[in-house]
Parts: sequence; C-alpha cells; structure tokens
Amino acid sequence: MAILVYASSAEGKLKKGALEAVTYGYKTAQILGTEAYAVVLGDVEDAGQLGKYGATKVYQVADASLNDFDGQVVAAVVADAAKALNADVIVTSNDSAGKTVVGRLAARLNAGCLSGVNSLPTTDGGFFVKKNVFSGKAVAEFELKSATKVLSVMGNTFPPEEVASSVSVESLSVEVPASRIKVKAVETVKGTVPLPEAELVVSAGRGMKGPENWGIIDELAGLLEATTACSRPVADIGWRPHHEHVGQTGVAIRPNLYIAIGISGAIQHLAGVNQSKTIVVINKDPEAPFFKAADYGIVGDLFDVVPRLNAALKKFKG
Amino acid sequence: MKLLVCVSKTPDTTTKISFTDGNTTFNTQGVQYIMNPYDEWYALVRALELKEQAGGTVTLINVGPKANDTVIRKGLAIGADNAVRVDIEPASAFATAKQIAEHAKAENYDAVFLGKETIDYNGAEVGAMIAEMLDVPFISFATNMTVEGNTATISRDIEGGSEVLEVATPFVVSAAKGLAEQRIPNMRGIMTAKRKPLKVVPPVDVPDLVSVKGYELPAEKSECKYIDPENMDELVNLLHSEAKVI
Ligand SMILES: Cc1cc2nc3c(=O)[nH]c(=O)nc-3n(C[C@H](O)[C@H](O)[C@H](O)COP(=O)(O)OP(=O)(O)OC[C@H]3O[C@@H](n4cnc5c(N)ncnc54)[C@H](O)[C@@H]3O)c2cc1C
Ligand SMILES: Nc1ncnc2c1ncn2[C@@H]1O[C@H](COP(=O)(O)O)[C@@H](O)[C@H]1O
Repeated sequence: MAILVYASSAEGKLKKGALEAVTYGYKTAQILGTEAYAVVLGDVEDAGQLGKYGATKVYQVADASLNDFDGQVVAAVVADAAKALNADVIVTSNDSAGKTVVGRLAARLNAGCLSGVNSLPTTDGGFFVKKNVFSGKAVAEFELKSATKVLSVMGNTFPPEEVASSVSVESLSVEVPASRIKVKAVETVKGTVPLPEAELVVSAGRGMKGPENWGIIDELAGLLEATTACSRPVADIGWRPHHEHVGQTGVAIRPNLYIAIGISGAIQHLAGVNQSKTIVVINKDPEAPFFKAADYGIVGDLFDVVPRLNAALKKFKG
Repeated sequence: MKLLVCVSKTPDTTTKISFTDGNTTFNTQGVQYIMNPYDEWYALVRALELKEQAGGTVTLINVGPKANDTVIRKGLAIGADNAVRVDIEPASAFATAKQIAEHAKAENYDAVFLGKETIDYNGAEVGAMIAEMLDVPFISFATNMTVEGNTATISRDIEGGSEVLEVATPFVVSAAKGLAEQRIPNMRGIMTAKRKPLKVVPPVDVPDLVSVKGYELPAEKSECKYIDPENMDELVNLLHSEAKVI
C-alpha cells in the first residue's frame, strides 16, 4: 500500500497544483499510515523539491515524448507506475492535465475516482472524501469503495507545506506508448500567474462602461501583483479576452482575494468565484446581489473608488 | 461524419438546492432542470455544424430515466437526427461512461462529443472514461475545432493559455466555451423533434465503485463589512491585518 502523486508539469516546470497534490498525498499517507511517492513525466526541472512537501521518493519517467501532454499516454504510464510501486491511492491536481487523466486512470484501473476533492479522506468504516457541488451551494461526501482510488485535488485548497527536504530523483522505467495526438502549438500568457492558480484576482464587469477604462484595473492588479479577470458579458462583447471570463461557463477560481468591480453578482458569476476566501465588492448600487457574498463592501462609483484604492495601496507599499 | 453527442440533465444554477432523508438525498421537488449548458451550447452545436459541412448523422445519448426525455427532445429540436436513452439512473460517472461506451463500441462513431463538465457536480470525468474504454484519444476543454477529412485540428484550454492539437478520428472531445454559438430551437425543429427516433435501451451491469454518502450545506457567510468609499486606507488595512491576504 502506498500513495502515488502524479505531479503535473508544463514546459519543464512543475505546476503549482503539483506541489499542492503532493502536500495532499503526504497528509493522506499519514492518515492511512503509509508513504507518498511522486512521479513526474518528461523533462522536469528540480523535481527533487517534491521531497520537501512530503514525497519520500520521487520518480521520473524521462522519455522526451512525455513533454507534450496526452492524457491517454499519461494514464497508461501512471497506471503502470502505480502497479510497479504497489500504490493503491493515486492523487493529482485538478488542473487541465489532472482533470483529463483522472477519468482515464479510473477506467483503466477499475478504480473509483473523485475530481476536485476539498477534504482529506476519512477512513471510519470506508474511504470518504468531499467536494463542493451545485455551484458551491452544498458539499457532498462520497464513498470510494474500490480497492484502488483516484483523486484530484481542488486548487488553492491545500497550500504547499514544507515538511522535509529535497530528495534525489530516481528514474522509473515503464513503457511509454506512442501518442496519437500531435501537439502543434502551445501558447501561454507570459508574466502573469494563470487565473486558476492565482491567489489574488482583480475582476471587473460591465460597470466599467468600456474597454478604454481598464487602466485603473490594470494598475490595481499591478500594485497587488494580481491576475485580472472579468464577467462574462465583458468577454462576450470583446472588451476583455475570453480566458479572463470567470463564472459558471468560464473559469472557476478560489483565490485568497477576489476584488469584484462593477459586477452585479449574478448567480452564474458567483458560481465560479464564491469559494474565494475573501471577497471585496465595489459597486455603486447598494442593492447589487454581490454584496450578499462579500466580506468587504464599498458602495460607490468605481471611477472614484478604484483610483483611491490604488493611491492607498501605493502608500501602504511605501 | 457519424457523431455521438452525450447530453445530461442538471438543475438550473438559479434553482434552490435542498436535501431530504437527513441530508442524504437531493430533493428534486420543484427543481428546475435544464440540459447541461456545455452539452447544449457547444458540444451539440459543433457536432451539428460538422454534419452540415460534411454530411453524416448526429445521435444523442443520455443515461437516465424517462423523465430525461424532455432534455433529449430539446436536443432533437435543436437539430440532432436521433437519440438513444439508456434506461437507468446512473450511480456514478463510471456507470454513465460504461453505458455510453457500451453503445458506442457497437456503432463506430467518428467522434464522441461531451460537455467539459456538468454544472452540478463538475466532474469532468465521463469523457476521459469513455475514451479509455474505447481506447481512443480524448481532447478535453476544446474551444475551437476544424475537421479536414479524418483529421481534426482542435484548440484546448490549458492554465493561462491554450494549445493546438491534431488528432485523427475516432476520438472523444469535450466542449468548452468558444467551440460553438448557442442555437435556440425554432418551431419547425420542435415539431419535427416529436417524430424523430428515440430508442430506449436496457443498461448493462456496472460495478458499484463510488456513491454519495450525504450532503452538507456550507457555513453561512458572515455579514458584509461596509467601508466608507472615501476611506480606502481602511480597506487596505483590513485586507492586511484582518483578512491577511495582502
Ligand atoms: C446559463 C448562464 C451562464 C452564465 N455564465 C456566466 C459566467 O460564467 N460568468 C458571468 O460573469 N456571467 C455569466 N452569466 C451572465 C450573468 O447572468 C450576468 O448577466 C453577468 O454576470 C452580468 O455581468 P456584469 O455583472 O458585468 O454586468 P451587469 O449585470 O450589467 O452589472 C454591472 C454592475 O456594475 C455596477 N456599476 C455600473 N456602473 C458603475 C460604477 N460607475 N461604479 C460602480 N458600479 C457600477 C452596476 O450597479 C451593476 O451591478 C451567465 C448567464 C446564464 C444565463
Ligand atoms: N447521464 C448522462 N448521460 C449522458 N451523458 C452524460 C451524462 N452525465 C454526463 N454526461 C456527459 O459527460 C459530460 C461530463 O460530465 P461529468 O464528467 O459528469 O462532469 C457532460 O457534459 C455530458 O456530455
């Protein structure tokens, strides 16, 4: 019995979710009285650091064909690694890679799976884990009854914790099947933290009146080193790029701080952001539904309030 | 192309959610159901567009009880040719995938379309499972797709960006925003939908791997603290020393 964490990477770097998944795997190993191992695929810089977050062994399948992501290949490799290492709980992050692999692993191993878990397992009379359901309107507890179990861990829920030190990376030889997908291009926005991984998010909506007014939002985001987001109509009319759209039909996020500016707080918007730890709402309408979900509310004209907030932040930063 | 679109039924986001039997059962009383938006707006519509471009058929599949026929008929009204319903309330994503894979194995579809996830459980599990059961590639979170012969070029969302892939049929693809534009069924579609074939098939046996034990309602949010719009120093202060987020 052991736990195997598939630590996902992109462009040779471990994803933030990978460190969180290892932290989760370590804590689960403590509950189950076993060890957590990590496996990385392809070329990955400094994979040994996963030892710091509790992986007692870090394995690498260094085949260069794994540098391009294909869930079919990854599932085959991770499943074989799990068998070789005698692991019966497989953990990964709930990011684009993890979500694409969890179902495949479960089908391959006849394993019960749950994506987006937000609790550590409890083991009184079975194996139980929880996740948010119905747009955060409830939490459901699931029982995984199979011998092998596959979990993906909700982002920004188990912050990486250093519990030990780096370990040396051991190579693991498993067969890597040929991919049937050809990756033609990868484009990522450089210089900012991707929205699903961001801890601080500044988001604006139709209250902004037009794309030309986003300067104050960019300034605020710059001061906080936050990632920018927007409501759906704003992306739909082309004021902002689509990848910034958060909510039920866009990206779901749970940052530590979400600042919503000129957004009414429709239920479909809240569905993607209401798990944020702290919510600040700036809106000129005191009746805006967003205030019901807010920790801090400012009723006022955003064109006055945001510049004042920017000035206050500059002063705070000195 | 011979295309299969998996459609599911989900409570509308605006519906009030409650539970019965000591919080172990979802209370369906008075719940407003819709077709999962990713299935309806993006997966189904893109499949229809491909059929319009290259010919072929679009078949819908749903795993669920008779009450789901309303959702299936809506899909037929939007333009699918025919539908299959596997007559069982699925117990898990695995159970759903197994029933769909069982049907798809016999039919040799060029592509199987799904929504990227259902908006009630946000599983994003079924598509990957079907692909594994059929031993074909799976492209998740597709935002753009063109098909030339038997080769598809697909863009998919990744953290902070996108990637472009090429894949040959057969494959499974899950649809995210951008893949197509929502279509509203017209009167003629609604009328003809009533006559389109909807085949009800019995389920196959599946192992019981996962089940819901119970539900909890999230802790009440504490009252919003209002801050004087003239006093942003106070907000910065609270974010720093009370919320400890900056
Ligand atoms: C099935 C479905 C799915 C959807 N999915 C999403 C989703 O994923 N994400 C999403 O965001 N929406 C989604 N929507 C749309 C959602 O219902 C709302 O229409 C949308 O969120 C509203 O965007 P908004 O708040 O920017 O605009 P509005 O609702 O127009 O609100 C603008 C707000 O700005 C305030 N304001 C105006 N001027 C100022 C000013 N000078 N200073 C301060 N405040 C000001 C107003 O008081 C108002 O509250 C979905 C809808 C449906 C039906
Ligand atoms: N009961 C079902 N019948 C048919 N398709 C389904 C069913 N449940 C889920 N799906 C499909 O699988 C996708 C992903 O669902 P999930 O993995 O549950 O988030 C949905 O968007 C649907 O396309």
